[in-house]
Amino acid sequence: MDPTDAVFSTDHRVPSSHLLLDQLPSYQSLLYRRKSSGSARRRGSGRVRQPSVISGKWLEQKTVHSGEELRPVRELPKSMEDKRQEKEQRLQQGGAPIGWGLWRLNVHRSLKRLKEDGMDLLSSLQLWRADVHLIEGMFGTGILSYFSFLRFLVLLNFIMFLLMFVFVMLPVIITSHTSLNITYSSTDVRDCSVYPSSSRQGLVVFHQHITDLLSGTGFLEQTYLFYGYYRLEFIHSAFSYNLPLAYLLTTVSYLLLSLVWIVKRSASGFKRKLIQDEDRFQSFCNKIFAGWDFCITDENAARLKRSSLLYELKMDLEEERIKQKMANRTRCERFRIYMLRAAVNLFVVAVLISCFFCIYVATVFSQQKQDEEQSNFLLELMVEYLPSIVITLANFITPLIFNLIISFEDYSPAFEIRFTLMRCVFMRLASIGVLLFSLWSQITCGSSHCSCGYNHHRYPCWETHVGQEMYKLVIFDFLIIAAVTIFIEFPRKIIVNHCDCALAKWWGQQEFAIPQNVLEIVYGQTICWIGTFYCPLLPAINTVKYFLVFYLKKVSLMTNCRPATRPFRASSSHFFFLVVLLIGLALASVPVTVSIAEIPPSRACGPFVNYTSSWMVVPRVITQLPHSLSSVLMALASEACAVSLFVITCLGMFYVIALAGAHKRVIEQLRDQLAMEGRDKRFLIQKLCQAQQGVFARSPDRGCHGNRQDAGLYFVRETKA
Amino acid sequence: MNRSKHICLSLHCSLHGRYHELAPHLVPMDYTNDPDVKVPLALIVNMPELKENPFRNRIVESFSEDGQGNLSFNDFVDMFSVLSEMAPRELKAIYAFKIYDFNVDNYICKEDLEKTLNRLTKEELTPEEVVLVCEKAIEEADLDGDNKLSFADFENMISRAPDFLSTFHIRI
Repeated sequence: MDPTDAVFSTDHRVPSSHLLLDQLPSYQSLLYRRKSSGSARRRGSGRVRQPSVISGKWLEQKTVHSGEELRPVRELPKSMEDKRQEKEQRLQQGGAPIGWGLWRLNVHRSLKRLKEDGMDLLSSLQLWRADVHLIEGMFGTGILSYFSFLRFLVLLNFIMFLLMFVFVMLPVIITSHTSLNITYSSTDVRDCSVYPSSSRQGLVVFHQHITDLLSGTGFLEQTYLFYGYYRLEFIHSAFSYNLPLAYLLTTVSYLLLSLVWIVKRSASGFKRKLIQDEDRFQSFCNKIFAGWDFCITDENAARLKRSSLLYELKMDLEEERIKQKMANRTRCERFRIYMLRAAVNLFVVAVLISCFFCIYVATVFSQQKQDEEQSNFLLELMVEYLPSIVITLANFITPLIFNLIISFEDYSPAFEIRFTLMRCVFMRLASIGVLLFSLWSQITCGSSHCSCGYNHHRYPCWETHVGQEMYKLVIFDFLIIAAVTIFIEFPRKIIVNHCDCALAKWWGQQEFAIPQNVLEIVYGQTICWIGTFYCPLLPAINTVKYFLVFYLKKVSLMTNCRPATRPFRASSSHFFFLVVLLIGLALASVPVTVSIAEIPPSRACGPFVNYTSSWMVVPRVITQLPHSLSSVLMALASEACAVSLFVITCLGMFYVIALAGAHKRVIEQLRDQLAMEGRDKRFLIQKLCQAQQGVFARSPDRGCHGNRQDAGLYFVRETKA
Repeated sequence: MNRSKHICLSLHCSLHGRYHELAPHLVPMDYTNDPDVKVPLALIVNMPELKENPFRNRIVESFSEDGQGNLSFNDFVDMFSVLSEMAPRELKAIYAFKIYDFNVDNYICKEDLEKTLNRLTKEELTPEEVVLVCEKAIEEADLDGDNKLSFADFENMISRAPDFLSTFHIRI
């Protein structure tokens, strides 16, 4: 036995070191530890407060004379009886306050109670609280994070709709019902400003109404739904309301609002992710001690959690084994692997390019065919929806291909999952970009001449057209989600449950695949961000869509699904969703920015008829401001200001990086110190026990029948004196 | 009745109802005289909130005064208070340490870890895998090099475990 381990032997002649360890101040301080800065959720602790009267309610704390702060009684790890005794003890020490102190204390306590009740009420008002709790109980925290992400998006879309409604739609609605003075936007470029009415003439067959409803043409085209309807420039009442400026600023503000809200939500997840990445080797402890979800009450859920934990542990062991294998690879093997990976990546790029080319061709074809009258109703719909269909097909096939080929690249399992996901994310979001690019190639002089900067013969109001395409994408996305749920998932359940054929066995029960579902809704949200500029009612449609998707997915989950055998970690998954959403936002802001700054707005419709580009509203308004204000704003936009801002941002970034590096070093030093302290402690206790052993050896009849602990203490006290 | 810690008054009343349900013949409805009544372990671990928990025995034992799992009403409230969402991380860490310390020696040694792992996975890992996982866990968390986890090691590790707060709570 190791000499140091002799410390922990159960030799009853000497006082057990266990008892000595119990007497150590550090163990005693477990019970009265100083408040750490991390537990900000604890209410009211850590501040100087008057001691309370005995009222059977919350106990406040008071500072001890030595300056050490006591924790509130409710947070002591003692039994209730001990806590009551502790409370009485503290009150005896402190004495009850009277008069002014007592009144203040009572007011403070009732305010605190009020605040807590208010928070309870607010949290009970949260949308879908009961549903989300139910899902968490049955399926765990991984799937819960998907549904709370969906709830967040519903709220975000609703706020975006409110912004658009209040600043853009409401003024126009007011003017149509009151008799305010309006200046319509007009231009002197005659031939581009012809906007034929899009409503159908003559006898309209019923199915044409349906086509119009589903593709935003016909009776829907010149309504509040699309950009083209907002042809006002100024609304004169008490002040002059500049509608183009409002439109532009609302667009910018909804993008900024989304950015701020997402970043705020991801901040806590990011902090946790940084800590987790710091200690990648923490994974085993996290799974053993924080792996079991204590909320689980259902037997099936418990069984599934157990199997998912088992799977995770086996995966981790597998990863260790693979890491070992990778470290032992020879140079020849490594060269072969890199060649293989390069070939596979080339293949992936080829697949992506072919998909993008298909989308481009489909869009061009669809645009050309839209001019012609189709005989068949279904054919007409197909032509309208051709780009959406191609995109959906591509997004369905490419994940299957990626999943297949990743096994050739010989990565570790965790990296495989992440890499495949990244490829799928890129595919989804880039397909929207390709669609927009092909639309613009058609709009900005694809084939014919364009005197006004865009093809005004085919697209007298090109923004409305882009808005229609976005509208179609959103509608089709929702139809696909609903169709897959109703026509594939429910029959799958019926087949698997009732039919005993080979198909049922191979297909298996539906799993709720979190990553693919998240990509679906991020895709929808990206379309919404791009399309709101062209179709101001799109956030409202998106809100309703996500509202319905929540219930669809919930019902599908409850009746059809079993939880995934590949568990998705709750802690990192929420962060992953928000990162993908941020990528979507970044991608969405590019087309919006380009179209605001570069592409000339249509002359026949919309609020920007008078301007060479949509952004031109802002400089024109600034020049009309009072001279001092306008010169300040001009200075802000000048190059000098931009360069200095950039330099300051870089300096700030360098400072923060240096700070982070310094903190890391301090943490490592503290960790080493902690380890060293532990070793010191064991060494000292060993020496102490050896010395005591010596004493006992010399006087064996002493302390054999008495209290062991007292003997030890007595000994310690003697040496001190 | 004392309103306790992280649980509001209405929940406190419903907790008393639940406590009474566990052993109606043992637990009086009227608690004004503070009767000394303890419900045995066997009845408490059958509660629906605890039934599926692999550590239910250890949880109840760590909150009982005698260490055998017999909970008085105060201990019962204590238990659900610490396991509620509102309890601070440090308090939960203290009790988590007690729960995972099967042999109650103030250290989580290899045997404690193996027992924890076997309870978690219902012994579906092979013995070699169990040993490997326990070794890796101790390697990760042990700071003072004594091949077992003292409370300082445990608390340091749990403060960096991102899932702890969200999983170590029971909803009642």
